[in-house]
Amino acid sequence: MSNDQPLAGLLAGQPRIVTAGVELFDTTLRAQGVDPVVVDWRPPAGDVAAELATVAADPRIADANATALERITSAEPRWVGITTAREAVGIDTGQFLHAGPPITWDRASGPLRGALIGAMLYEGMAQTPDEAVAIAERGGIELAPCHSRQAVGPMAGVVSPSMPMFVIENAAFGNQAYCSLNEGLGKVLRYGAYGPEVITRLRWMHDVLGPAMAAAVERLESLDIRALMVQALQMGDELHNRNRAASSLFVREVVPPLLEAGIDPGDLADVVRFINGNEHFFLNLGMPAGKAAVDPARDLPGCSVVVAMARNGTDFGIQVSGTGDRWFTAPAQVPDGLFLGDYGPDDANPDIGDSTITETSGVGGFAMAAAPAIVRFVGGAVGDALTATQTMYDIALGEHPHFQIPILEFRGTPVGIDVTRVVRTGIVPAVNTGIAGREAGTGQVGAGLVEPPMAVFVEAVRALAAAG
Amino acid sequence: MVDHLDVRRGVYHDSVSLMQVSRRVGDLPGVDKVLVAMGTELNRELLVGMGFAAPDAGPNDLLVAIRAQDDALDAALAEVEVALAATRGGASGGGFGDAPPARTTAAALTGGADLVLVSVPGEYAYLEAMDAVRAGASVMVFSDNVPVEQEVALKQAAADRGVLVMGPDAGTAIVSGVGLGFANVVRPGPIGIVAASGTGAQQLTCLLDDAGVGISHVLGVGGRDLSAAVGGSSTQQAMRALDADPATTTIVVLSKPADPDVSQALHALADELTTPVVFALLGPDANDLTSTAGTVVQIAGATFTPPASWPAPRERQGTYTELRGLFAGGTLCDEAMLIAASHLDAPIASNIPLADGRPLDDGLDTPGHVFVDFGEDEFTRGRPHPMIDQGLRLERIAAEAARPGGRVLLLDVVLGHGAHPDPAAELAPAIAEAIADGEDLAVVVSLCGTAGDPQGRDKQVRALVDAGASVHLSNAAAARKAVELLGGAL
Repeated sequence: MSNDQPLAGLLAGQPRIVTAGVELFDTTLRAQGVDPVVVDWRPPAGDVAAELATVAADPRIADANATALERITSAEPRWVGITTAREAVGIDTGQFLHAGPPITWDRASGPLRGALIGAMLYEGMAQTPDEAVAIAERGGIELAPCHSRQAVGPMAGVVSPSMPMFVIENAAFGNQAYCSLNEGLGKVLRYGAYGPEVITRLRWMHDVLGPAMAAAVERLESLDIRALMVQALQMGDELHNRNRAASSLFVREVVPPLLEAGIDPGDLADVVRFINGNEHFFLNLGMPAGKAAVDPARDLPGCSVVVAMARNGTDFGIQVSGTGDRWFTAPAQVPDGLFLGDYGPDDANPDIGDSTITETSGVGGFAMAAAPAIVRFVGGAVGDALTATQTMYDIALGEHPHFQIPILEFRGTPVGIDVTRVVRTGIVPAVNTGIAGREAGTGQVGAGLVEPPMAVFVEAVRALAAAG
Repeated sequence: MVDHLDVRRGVYHDSVSLMQVSRRVGDLPGVDKVLVAMGTELNRELLVGMGFAAPDAGPNDLLVAIRAQDDALDAALAEVEVALAATRGGASGGGFGDAPPARTTAAALTGGADLVLVSVPGEYAYLEAMDAVRAGASVMVFSDNVPVEQEVALKQAAADRGVLVMGPDAGTAIVSGVGLGFANVVRPGPIGIVAASGTGAQQLTCLLDDAGVGISHVLGVGGRDLSAAVGGSSTQQAMRALDADPATTTIVVLSKPADPDVSQALHALADELTTPVVFALLGPDANDLTSTAGTVVQIAGATFTPPASWPAPRERQGTYTELRGLFAGGTLCDEAMLIAASHLDAPIASNIPLADGRPLDDGLDTPGHVFVDFGEDEFTRGRPHPMIDQGLRLERIAAEAARPGGRVLLLDVVLGHGAHPDPAAELAPAIAEAIADGEDLAVVVSLCGTAGDPQGRDKQVRALVDAGASVHLSNAAAARKAVELLGGAL
């Protein structure tokens, strides 16, 4: 229809109609030979009709959301270097970053405590776990969310000053994001394990893996992370719970420069074996790529886009562009999924980790349809994976021009979570996640799905209305 | 008897569908009472009134309450499932990989559309309507109870984008022959109508159709559009659009009395347009809708004969002292009240009182001449419009029959798309029962409908007349008939 015509051509021919509300009117339209598109409308979650209207009436929202979406989808995340946390995020001995919204030791869950104990042992602040606990209990450590320092951390997400970190640069905007290196599966710090093998591995990562990666990236100059993600989505990854293809692609890219770097052959073999044997190695590149993509959408007045979803094992929190650095939190839920070995639901800790940055940036649960191979792991059938992604279009502002899903006719993944749409539809973001053991020191016990608490989105809508 | 009550969390159906479910289940043998409804405050109160315990439920939860004989309960519960499933027919996918239906208008509009019909509860209508406007689609907001500031914001946004907001509380529209909300089946033709009154537009289009004059479009703008607050924004948009529409050769602007400044602006706009504009502003000193129809028919070059009426089988039995108007259509109620007031000595009480009228100080039992618009917000909050759900009026007809003293009941019956599928099937028995003793009660029906309406106008007329009513296609004529029965001077 041409917009030169009055009312965008409304009177020019039989109208194409959408209906929302009373079903009788759909019926009467069908009786007239018109086939309307019917909205499966239901009342919003929470008692926030007035606040939703206030936000919708904000004259800034349309442009602000369009800007946010444009910024997120035009990001060009590239791996450009390896640095230490001390340099990257400005923390010093006794200071630690963690996943999720702000938290204190006394409220920290088992896996977060375990990871902090491990980090203190690793940094040499304590010689024994008991000593580490004593330091923490007397207030001897300082905690801050990874998100507050341009970083993201998987699971407990604990970052200590001497850890090596990936540096991701968003070439479109020049901002950077950081993430530690992935430790592999099983008893690992990010799941709250802190035994000697955990500390030994962290030291090896510092002494061998980090420098090797630094040498590789120096030769590569930079590695286009978005390109790897685009390919991995077409190879069956959703880039949160499944990074098998992306990790393989990464190995392919990184081995030649490693071979050229003059690394001791024994160390080189260890490094290649380590990253090749860890199908989640790429997760710690995908997460900061997501962070680097979403950060430029922060702090747009009136904008209703979620710029962080993260959990600290106690609280689930979100941040919204139009409400600045404020966190909206509610108790984190226990994930539902499959458990390793003898572990069961009783062993599971409430949801933890910054890895929901993948969903925030349009992959992970939002790209479930791309990864039919993981549906059994996270419960359900292949059709459920397709449904999960297609449902997310309802709460997303747009579709990602680069991240495409072959089985959906190469439709772009849903991206740009709109907090008002979450509340209006009652649809919470689909989140794939790992499951940490409840007890400090246990490690991973499973993986599955988790439902973010609706309360945080409702609260964010209230705040957005008040900020208008 | 056994009581069954269950609360189904997070299951949503609209109130009209649930009313149909309740009725279907209630019709089963052995079933005494049924309430299948969302757990709104109103419905929870209703349930307690039925003798059930107050349920722990909110507006997003479905209440299923049944009182039935022991052996009938299982069948009733099974019927609930079948009926609920039927309400979702066609809307959802469910096959492998099918996309689930959109939950917001914004998502539904990604496939492109010109027009969105919003009939969600009023407090949420703004969100859906704004989705439409922002996507560059026009929208008809059927919902009532929408705050006026939201209406102003919507219409401002629509004007900026060159699209039209019809409503809120727009009952009727016909766009290129497609009826939205409540609309009669009328022939296509040259008359374009901008209507701030739903049933007013229905009456006019029906009378024009009967005279052989067709309609290009009916654009409802909502009853508040010509108020000072809204400033006639949608009316102006609609007038310009009809002026540019090649199918429209005459524009009729139909409205309740407008704000004087707004009215002046509309007249000024009419002078600028190339298409002639007929203003039909309803009010004490204005022509009634039937006479407006005559004018328009004449402009269209056709012949207008007085609309048909059918006398009651037994005319004037007793002495009638009170006129009780029980209306589903607001404008029909207003017009009938204006006509009656000009002929009756005593003032008329109403929930939409005239300037010199009285309020309903004793509710529906207020003595004397009383006109009730059952389509007003106070009767539709949390339940369907009386054109769909005649329950309140049926109750009232029985109550009027039970009161002592002679009286005339004046009712409107509105046919067309969206209206009750067979109103006479419910009204005729109620009317017959009310006038069973024949002496102290007469019934006059204003029937708004066309020969093409799905309810079958002839069939409706016959049933109502057989029940003892006189039936008139002209609402004004019905009002005059009622006054005549009261012995008023015409």
